Amino acid sequence: MSDAPVMQATGLQRHYNVGGGLFQKSRVLKAVAGLDFEVHAGKTLAVVGESGCGKSTLARMVAMIETPTEGSLTLDGKPVRAEDWADLRQSVQIVFQDPYGSLNPRQRIGTILMEPLMINTKLSRADREAKAREMLKLVGLRPEHFDRYPHMFSGGQRQRIAIARALMLDPKVLVLDEPVSALDLSIQSAILNLLLDLQERLQLAYLFISHDLSVVRHVADDVIVMYLGRAVEKGPKAEVFDAPRHPYTKALLSATPRAEPGAEKERIKLKGELPSPLSIPDGCPFAPRCWKVQPKCRAELPRLRGQPHGAACFFPENGTYPE
Amino acid sequence: MPLLRIRNLSVDFATASGAFRAVDAVDQDMETGEILAIVGESGSGKSVSMLALMGLLPWTATVTADELSFDGHDLLNIAPRARRKIVGNDLAMIFQEPMSSLNPCFTVGWQIKEALRSHLGLNRKERHARAVELFEQVGIPDPEKRLSAFPHQLSGGMNQRVMIAMAIACKPKLLIADEPTTALDVTIQAQILDLLADLRRDTGMGLVLITHDMGVVAETAERVSVQYAGQKVEEQPVGALFATPHHPYTGALLDALPERATEKKLPTIPGVVPGQFDRPAGCLFSPRCKFANDKCRSTPPPPLGADMGYARCFYPLNANERIAS
Repeated sequence: MSDAPVMQATGLQRHYNVGGGLFQKSRVLKAVAGLDFEVHAGKTLAVVGESGCGKSTLARMVAMIETPTEGSLTLDGKPVRAEDWADLRQSVQIVFQDPYGSLNPRQRIGTILMEPLMINTKLSRADREAKAREMLKLVGLRPEHFDRYPHMFSGGQRQRIAIARALMLDPKVLVLDEPVSALDLSIQSAILNLLLDLQERLQLAYLFISHDLSVVRHVADDVIVMYLGRAVEKGPKAEVFDAPRHPYTKALLSATPRAEPGAEKERIKLKGELPSPLSIPDGCPFAPRCWKVQPKCRAELPRLRGQPHGAACFFPENGTYPE
Repeated sequence: MPLLRIRNLSVDFATASGAFRAVDAVDQDMETGEILAIVGESGSGKSVSMLALMGLLPWTATVTADELSFDGHDLLNIAPRARRKIVGNDLAMIFQEPMSSLNPCFTVGWQIKEALRSHLGLNRKERHARAVELFEQVGIPDPEKRLSAFPHQLSGGMNQRVMIAMAIACKPKLLIADEPTTALDVTIQAQILDLLADLRRDTGMGLVLITHDMGVVAETAERVSVQYAGQKVEEQPVGALFATPHHPYTGALLDALPERATEKKLPTIPGVVPGQFDRPAGCLFSPRCKFANDKCRSTPPPPLGADMGYARCFYPLNANERIAS
């Protein structure tokens, strides 16, 4: 396996113009305000953050559903441009959160699985069907499921179908947007096992988007913590979880309930709520909620510094801000 | 006398394809000032049993029980008018989706004052003062201003605080929180759970926490009742439940938690929760249980004693350790 990343993003940004009513000027919402990352084959990059931090916008940009406003994305070293989307989309596929909404209720499972091949390849009908049946087996479904409709399946099975559909075109990168959040605990573990198994077998690169830190801790190799469109911390999983540098990461970890009654822990209570992404404060976006805020934090925006484990904070925990 | 006493509660729904039993012979006791968590996966009947208590089920549901009493009132045969006096007053509930539980057409102040008027009969000035006080109690900043806000102008966490303020407006003896934090972010979830625990401490009310999140259970609850496919399969104090689960379902559920995983491959529970048509004859968990034998598949196990966590199982886990100790 080479060390070159399958996908690389530099300064990725996505802005939206919102408002602009009769008496209002339209304003710019920076859903993603500058993000750099690399995804390697056979590795999982997890993106965590609360609602509104831009993680789903990121997923949509990577899956080539939206064009980045600024910055560049490369796939296998080649730049991703809107003109080439049709070809490149085969290599990047996405699995959505809600398996009830992402499958067409009027199509049979076989049709759902064969449709990507029909649109993107010149395979014959027999070949398409053979490939779909093989994929069904790969994700742990039975051959007789081929002619059934989505409503006949449970949530976990539907998510398997959604994964199978995403894999039909032999992608290199799989974007998983909260793939297990809608599933029950007993089903969740089976889907996570399936994803890990497929990754190992097919050397897939995963961009795993989730708000559930215990799941991320289990599957990820590297982690990006996002807050209001920016990466506040980035690094190998073990380091981010065991020695978080950004105060937000620390607060997020301490707020996550642990299934261990009576465990001693330091609970950091964050004041207030996420500010509106339309009025992101100057300086560090986390400053209004941070418990160790200094005048410098409100005036200046800290950059993400440090490799491989970095944090965008002037006064990080477990380290210092390199000037 | 316990605050809440439920004996042999069953709820059947009349559906187009026949009766569906959502809650099956559930017993539950609850003391004043206690935090009880009811955990289970979707379809385990955890919400339905509490909705039956509140009298909020649709007409398609048939509720049967040997006893359903709250604070000395028999809620099974109570007249609707008398029930309305209790529900919302001594017995209150908050729901999962704060956004959809509030009426979008009225300000949150109007909605909380409505509760104060109908239950406590306060005059306009008193209602306003009490509403401000309640908003302060649940940690809503700038309460005077927020009273005139509409639900869509507030965030999910703020709306949930409004719901909690409304629920505790009449100082209930028992508050039922149905997945109160599932729709919220973790940092907000921590704030809301702390708020509920503080309110419990200050007011001495009982709290029933319905959830599917084992982490929330471990950090908040004192006693835990585990439900599966409508039945209560186990009940234990929280520490004992996580340390020595007795029902194989509880054990398998705890093993499936990613944070308890010891290796990359997670232990799983094969199969799915039985539905309307594939309800097993014996133990409901037997088709998915790795310890099941013929007896499990043919005979429904009755609940064991308190020392075995009332587990509905012929072969409870961690049984020997108890005998040995």
